[in-house]
Amino acid sequence: MKFIKFFLTLLILFNFNLAKAENENLKNEITKNLRCLICQGQSIYDSDSEFANSLKSLVKQKLDDGYKEKEIYDFLKDKYGEWILYEPEFNKNTYFLWLLPILMFLIGGAIIFKLFILKKN
Amino acid sequence: MKVKFFPFFLSLIFVLIFIVFYKGLNKSNIYAPDNIIEKKVPSFSGKLFNQEKEVTSSEIFAEKKFYLVNIWASWCIPCREEHSLLMELNKMKNLEIIGINYKDKTDNAKSFLNELKNPYDLIILDKNGTISIEWGAYGVPETFLISDKNIIKKIIGPLNTDSLSEIKDLVK
Amino acid sequence: MPSIIGFYSLTFGLIISFLIIFFSIQNFKNSDSLDKKIVTFTFLQFLFVFISFIGLILSFVNSDFSNETVFNHSHTTKPLFYKISGTWGNHEGSLLLWLLVLTLFIFIFLIKSNAQPKKYRILTLLFQQVIIIGFFIFLLKTSNPFNYILPIPEEGLGLNPILQDPALAIHPPILYLGYVGSSIIFSSALAATSTNYLSKEWAKHIKIWVLISWIFLSLGILLGSIWAYYELGWGGFWFWDPVENVSLMPWLALITLLHCVIVMEKRLILTSWAVILSIATFSLSMCGTFLVRSGILNSVHTFANDPERGLFILIFLFSLIFLSLFIFFFFHKTDNKNLNSLNLFSKETSIIVNNWFMMYFLSVVLIGTIYPIFLDVISSEKISVGPPFYHKLIIPFLIPFLIAMTLGLKFKWIKSEIEDKKNLIIFFLISVLISILIVRNFDTNFLIYSVLISSAFFLFFVTVRDFFVKKFSSFSQNISHFGFSLLILSILFNNFLTNETIINLKVGQTHVAEKFIIKFEDVNQSSQKNYESVVGKFSVKNNDGKTDILYPELRIYNQPNIVTSEAYIKTNFFLDKFMTMNYVQNEEYFNIRYQTKPLMLWIWISVILISLGGLTSLLKKKYES
Repeated sequence: MKFIKFFLTLLILFNFNLAKAENENLKNEITKNLRCLICQGQSIYDSDSEFANSLKSLVKQKLDDGYKEKEIYDFLKDKYGEWILYEPEFNKNTYFLWLLPILMFLIGGAIIFKLFILKKN
Repeated sequence: MKVKFFPFFLSLIFVLIFIVFYKGLNKSNIYAPDNIIEKKVPSFSGKLFNQEKEVTSSEIFAEKKFYLVNIWASWCIPCREEHSLLMELNKMKNLEIIGINYKDKTDNAKSFLNELKNPYDLIILDKNGTISIEWGAYGVPETFLISDKNIIKKIIGPLNTDSLSEIKDLVK
Repeated sequence: MPSIIGFYSLTFGLIISFLIIFFSIQNFKNSDSLDKKIVTFTFLQFLFVFISFIGLILSFVNSDFSNETVFNHSHTTKPLFYKISGTWGNHEGSLLLWLLVLTLFIFIFLIKSNAQPKKYRILTLLFQQVIIIGFFIFLLKTSNPFNYILPIPEEGLGLNPILQDPALAIHPPILYLGYVGSSIIFSSALAATSTNYLSKEWAKHIKIWVLISWIFLSLGILLGSIWAYYELGWGGFWFWDPVENVSLMPWLALITLLHCVIVMEKRLILTSWAVILSIATFSLSMCGTFLVRSGILNSVHTFANDPERGLFILIFLFSLIFLSLFIFFFFHKTDNKNLNSLNLFSKETSIIVNNWFMMYFLSVVLIGTIYPIFLDVISSEKISVGPPFYHKLIIPFLIPFLIAMTLGLKFKWIKSEIEDKKNLIIFFLISVLISILIVRNFDTNFLIYSVLISSAFFLFFVTVRDFFVKKFSSFSQNISHFGFSLLILSILFNNFLTNETIINLKVGQTHVAEKFIIKFEDVNQSSQKNYESVVGKFSVKNNDGKTDILYPELRIYNQPNIVTSEAYIKTNFFLDKFMTMNYVQNEEYFNIRYQTKPLMLWIWISVILISLGGLTSLLKKKYES
C-alpha cells in the first residue's frame, strides 16, 4: 500500500499544471500523448495521416465543447482501446510496469545500504 | 543454501523471458481495435449530402429495423471494390444503408456515385473525419451493422462475400 | 560474379572458425605462448569476410539484380553513394557488416593484448568464435546476402527514400562498432572469470574496449537522432521508440560498466559486478537486435521482419545468456575483503551511487520497452508505453542523480573527504537562485523544474570551474560531466521554449501569429535524378523586423513510390527555425509546421562533448603506456 501511496504522490507532483495553457497548446499536448493507428509508432501529433488529422480536429472540437483532458482520453480509450494512450494507466495490467522499476531502485538501495552496514560489523 | 537458490531463480526468470519472447514472435505486432464493439450507436450530428439539412443520430436510427453504416470516400480504392456488394445489400427490404462520406470533395463524391450508382438511402457528410471517430473507425472503408440502436457487427476494411452473407444471415 | 566470390568467401570464413577453435584448444594446453598460427587465421577470417563484404558492395555498385538483396534494395537510378550505403541499409547486408566488425575486432584484440596472459587471450578468442560462428550460421541459413534469382530482373525495387540520407548512410556502421565492441567485453569478461584473471590489470585493459564501444555507440545514437530530427519531419529528436530504446540500453550499461571498471582499476572491488555488467551489455545489444529484427515490436522504424530469423536470434541470445550464467556461477569466486575498507564519502561510494541510478534508468527503459510484449502474451491486452511513462519515471530521479554526480566529482579515492566545501555551497546557492528566476517565467510545474534546473546548473558551474582550477588533471572526466549538464539544460530549455505552429496555407496566403507572420510565397516543381521535388518558398517576418526565407521540400520518389517531407532548418547558435510542409488529401492547401526550437545545436554539441571525454581518456591512456 505504501508503494502505491508514494507513487500516487509522485503522480500528482508531476501532473503538469496546464490550466493556464490555451486550448491550442492543450490540443498539441493531448495529441502528443495519443498513438496513431495508421502509422503505428507515431503519435497523432507527429503523424500526417488522414486518421491523425481527423483526430486532431476532434480533440480541438471536444476542447471547445468544454471537455477536460482526462475526459478526452477516456472518450478515445472507449472507442479505440487503451492502446491509443501513450501513457499506460495505473491498473491491474500495469502495476508491474510502473512499480517494477521503483522496486529495482529500492532493491539497489538496499544492497548499497547493506554494503555499509556490513562494513561496520 | 542461499548461494544455490539465486542462480536457480535467475535461470527461471530467463526461461520465463524466453518463453514470452517465443510466444510473442507469433503474435502480430499491428494493432487493430476490432474486438471493441461499442454496444450503443454513438450520438453525433452532421450535414446531409446534397441537402442543406442537419440530422442527429437519434433521428436517423429512429425506426426499429436494421441499418448498415458504411464509411466511404471517392478517393478510397477499396471502396470501389466493395461497391457492388453494397448495391446488392441495397435490394434488401428491411435494411437501410447509411453512408458516411469521409473527407471527400462533394463533386468527386457525386461523380463516384453517378459512375457506380448510389447504394445509400442516406448520406452524411463527414468533412473533417470527426463523425467517423465517434464510430471508432480509423480508416476507410469501415462498415457497421445496427439493430435496435445497437451495433451488432463491425467490419474493418472492404466487405467481401463472406461478410456479405454474414450480414444477410443477421438481417433475416 | 562478385556475388559468387562473396558467397564462397563467406563459407571459407566459417570453416576458418573451426580451424581457429581446433588450434586454440591445442595451444591452450600445450604451449606457454600464443601460437602465431592463430593470429594468422584470425586475420584470414577477417580477410574472407572483408572480401565477401566488398563482393556485396560491388554487386550493389554494379546493380547486379541477379542478387536477391540487391534486387530488393537497389535501383539503377540511385546515386552511387546510396548504392554503396544501401549495402548495409538492409537486413542481410547489415548482418554481414556485423560479422565484419566482429572478425575485425577480435583480430585487433589479439594483436593488442600481448601483455595479457595466454590462457585468457585464447579463451577470449574462443568465446568470440562462438559468437562469430553463431552469426555465420545465422547469415548463411536465414539471411544469405548472396541469394540468386532467376530470371534476372531488369530493375530493382529501390531503397526506402527516407534512408537515402548522408547521416543515415554512416549511422549503422558506427552504431555497429559500438554494439559489436561490447561482444569483445563479453568474451573477455567470461575468459577472465574462467581463468580467475579479474584483476586491476584486466580492468585497465578492458577499459579501452569499454571506451571504444561507448564512444561509437554515443556517436551512432547521435547520428540517428540528428537524422530523425531533420528527416522524419516533426522536429523531435528522441521519441522513446523501441528501436531507439534498444540502442540506449547498451549505452547505459556501457557507461555504468565504464564507471565500475574505473573503480576496479583503482581498488579491485566490484569485480563480480563488472562481470555481470559486461555480460549484460552484450546481452542487451543482442536483445536489441532480436527485438528489432524479429518484428516483435511495433516501431516507427520499419525493418523487414521474419519470425524465423527472430527465432534464431532468440535461441542464440539465450544460449549465450545461459552459457555466461553457468560460467559466472561456476567459476566466479566472490571476494569481498576489499569492500571492508569502503568509506562513505569517497569516490568509490559516489560511483556506486552512479551505478545504482544508471541501473534504475536502464530498468525503466528495459521494462517500458518489453512490458507490452509480456502483457500481450500473458493476458492478450494491448497497451502502449510512450514518452509520458519514461518522463514520469526518469525526470524526478535525475535530480538526486545530478547532485550526487556533482558531489562525486569532489570526493577523493579511499579517503572520506570532500574538496572545497565552501565553493560547492556557493555554487549551489547561485544555481538555485538562477533557476528560480528562470523557471518563474515558464508555464510549468514550478517546484520540480526549478529543482531540476538548479541541480543541472550546479553540475554545470562546478565542472566549468574545474576547467580553470584543475586544468588538465582530470580533463576527460570533467568534459564528459560538463557535457552531461549541458545536455540536460539544453533539452530542458529546448522543451520549454519551443514554439510550434501547425497551419494550412495555400500559395499566396498569409498567417498572422503573435510573434511572426508567415507568407506562402511560391511553390516550385523540378525533376531530380530519382525523385520529383516540390519546394515551397515561405517568408517568415519576425517581430524584430527581420525576415527569414524558408524552403521546405517534398520529394516524390518513383522507386519505390513514396513521398518524403524534407524539413528546412535554419540553424544558428541559439535557435533553430524548422519548417516542413505536407500534402493534404483532396485539398489545395499544404499543411505547414513551423517551429522555433532554441538550443538545438547545443544538444548535439553536448553529446559530442560527452563522447570527447571518452576519446581524450582513450588517448591519454595510449600516451601513458
